[in-house]
Amino acid sequence: MLLIKNGRVLDPASKTDAALDVLLDGERISRVGANLEAPGAEILDAKGLIVAPGFIDLHCHLREPGQEMSETIETGTRSAARGGFTAVCCMPNTNPVNDNASVTRGIVERAAASASVRVWPIGAASMGSKGEALAEIAAMKSAGIVAVSDDGKPVATARLMRQVMDYCNSLDLPVIDHCEDPSLFAGGVMREGPQSLRLGLQGIPAQSESICAGRDVEVAALTGARLHIAHMSTRGSLEYVRWARKQGLRVTCEVTPHHFTLTDEDVRYDSNYKMNPPLASRADRDALIAGLADGSVDAIATDHAPHHPASKDVEFDRAPFGITGFETALALGLSELVHTGKIPLMRLVELFTTGPARVLGFARKIASGEPADLTLFSADHEWTFRAAESPSKSRNTPFDGRAFRGAPMATIVAGRLVFKR
Amino acid sequence: MLQRLSHLLGTEALSHEQILFLLDQAKPFQEFQRYPLKKLATLRGKTVAIAFFESSTRTRISFTTAAARLGADTMALQAESSSLKKGESLIDTVRTLEAMRPDGIVIRHPSSGAPAFVAERLEIPVLNAGDGTHEHPTQALLDALTIRDRKGKLEDWNVTILGDIVHSRVARSNIHLLSKFGTRITLCGPAMWVPRELENFAPNLRVTHRIEEALEGADVVMVLRVQTERIHEPSLAADEYIAGYQLTPARLRLARPDALVLHPGPIVRGLEIDSAVADGPQSGVLEQVTNGLAVRMGLLYHLIGGAPTDAPHPAKDRSNASD
Repeated sequence: MLLIKNGRVLDPASKTDAALDVLLDGERISRVGANLEAPGAEILDAKGLIVAPGFIDLHCHLREPGQEMSETIETGTRSAARGGFTAVCCMPNTNPVNDNASVTRGIVERAAASASVRVWPIGAASMGSKGEALAEIAAMKSAGIVAVSDDGKPVATARLMRQVMDYCNSLDLPVIDHCEDPSLFAGGVMREGPQSLRLGLQGIPAQSESICAGRDVEVAALTGARLHIAHMSTRGSLEYVRWARKQGLRVTCEVTPHHFTLTDEDVRYDSNYKMNPPLASRADRDALIAGLADGSVDAIATDHAPHHPASKDVEFDRAPFGITGFETALALGLSELVHTGKIPLMRLVELFTTGPARVLGFARKIASGEPADLTLFSADHEWTFRAAESPSKSRNTPFDGRAFRGAPMATIVAGRLVFKR
Repeated sequence: MLQRLSHLLGTEALSHEQILFLLDQAKPFQEFQRYPLKKLATLRGKTVAIAFFESSTRTRISFTTAAARLGADTMALQAESSSLKKGESLIDTVRTLEAMRPDGIVIRHPSSGAPAFVAERLEIPVLNAGDGTHEHPTQALLDALTIRDRKGKLEDWNVTILGDIVHSRVARSNIHLLSKFGTRITLCGPAMWVPRELENFAPNLRVTHRIEEALEGADVVMVLRVQTERIHEPSLAADEYIAGYQLTPARLRLARPDALVLHPGPIVRGLEIDSAVADGPQSGVLEQVTNGLAVRMGLLYHLIGGAPTDAPHPAKDRSNASD
């Protein structure tokens, strides 16, 4: 038994914000209440800390199997634990692609043997994510996937998307899409705008994303299926999501910390500023923050995309897309959104907990009988992020050396303390 | 005293004073090109690495000759013959070159930002000889020298740049340089190559897609090469380009009578420019080539020679001539 004492419990599901103790018994929460006593229980003093439901990351790349030079399930989930995440959803663009149950089972087994936090695989929508035949979605569901996506690229055509959505609807799985029109994307490396013109880097117009988001929303209307827009970066896409919600469609979306923090004006000839979707214009970034504040956005997801250092230490246009994200996500949320007064602390917690849980179709709360997954964090702890200290195998982040106010302090998964600062 | 340059990566970051200094440094080297013995000992014992990761003839020969006339040795790396084909990264390639102890490196590369990337990682001066669709600063400096020579001053002209602006590093470097001298710049070409957003690039800059409007009142007309190898979108039929945007004698008459015509080369006669204009009295094309040598000698002297900015100019000191 573990008794978490003196903390401030923030539970978006019950709108609780109170000084409460939480008693864990094995893998479950046993009791929540004021001044709990549990003789014989180990005590974790959470004085000055916020006790939140366990954080869920809907979008990450753990690179196993096949790209272990960049990350493994073991190193990636250690980094996730340091970021306060108790569960992470890993995208299927591994090698081989997670498009059948044997790959899914392999990931689940590796996670059982080596992971610090829960690993919830996402299966491919199409075989090899090639946009042709459907992947073995039902079998993967039996093996443990929580959603499907051809992430890294969009589901290739509206017709394929219709089939994927119809099928996933019957299986009660959400379809996550990486929205991009390949013909407009056209080999671009950053958002098209004044900065891409100045740097002479091939631009990707914002409409490359929103055209595809619009297509997906229309197919969601056609099928009635659950659609989730991954790493949304433009106002146009957000407007499609809002429109879909008004029609009563089951459409959700996520935003990454880098997209609510940085803009295309920050891009330099440094591949740590290269990700897909690219950093957006200031107007789009501000629209995303408004969506995070008003409830249009359901979740903050990291899109943790490790690449081993040699692969990123190249010319900007030759570098792969993506940056790491677990360990800076909460701190960026606190620094950029909460401490600036743009969203309340409870809303930030919701975006890391009940929001992503709802996308996956379940509830997340701090209550007796619930899984003992908790994230303890400080909203005020001052620290500096050092990429070199990360357990991740990769160092590709634009936030190395950044000073933060607020940090994950302890991560508890199934009653076990997997990280403590 | 003037701030020494540690690299030349672009004209965007150069100050007004630095540009004038570099043009003044080039000036005596212009006259030097007419000497019967074109060799100085100024950089004797120095080595310049010339690393071209993209095919080029004139810029490579210009830099190599500039180094030779200053007395420096060169080591050349050509993309076609290099280990790049074997998968070596840019950083490993230039670190290998650096290990042979050159005193500076001239880089041309198809990726925008590659010289800046190298400059952050090496100890020696880096000279950008053209990077992707970003900058080509020595071209803009030699254009500025040509304008100053032919028109008597650099300030306050109407300069029109014609062609595929969005993919042109020459246009970018010229816009950044000229806008520091009160130039009114007009960009003109097919709309998909000259987006309206370019108007925010610099003060006193306008975009038009009508060549007649662009040429009216122009003091300098810069014609860009139509760079088919760098076009990402579906290309335009050559006939369509010629009909709409070729600089012909009739169109040139819309500009000021003494308008200067420049072209960075290589010229595709009959496509972006009519031969009568390219070879006509208003053309500065061959002076540009000679001035390119002078500008590059000045830059190599400044960046690699290490002399104070107020030292006597080497081309004015005849005793310095090599034996």
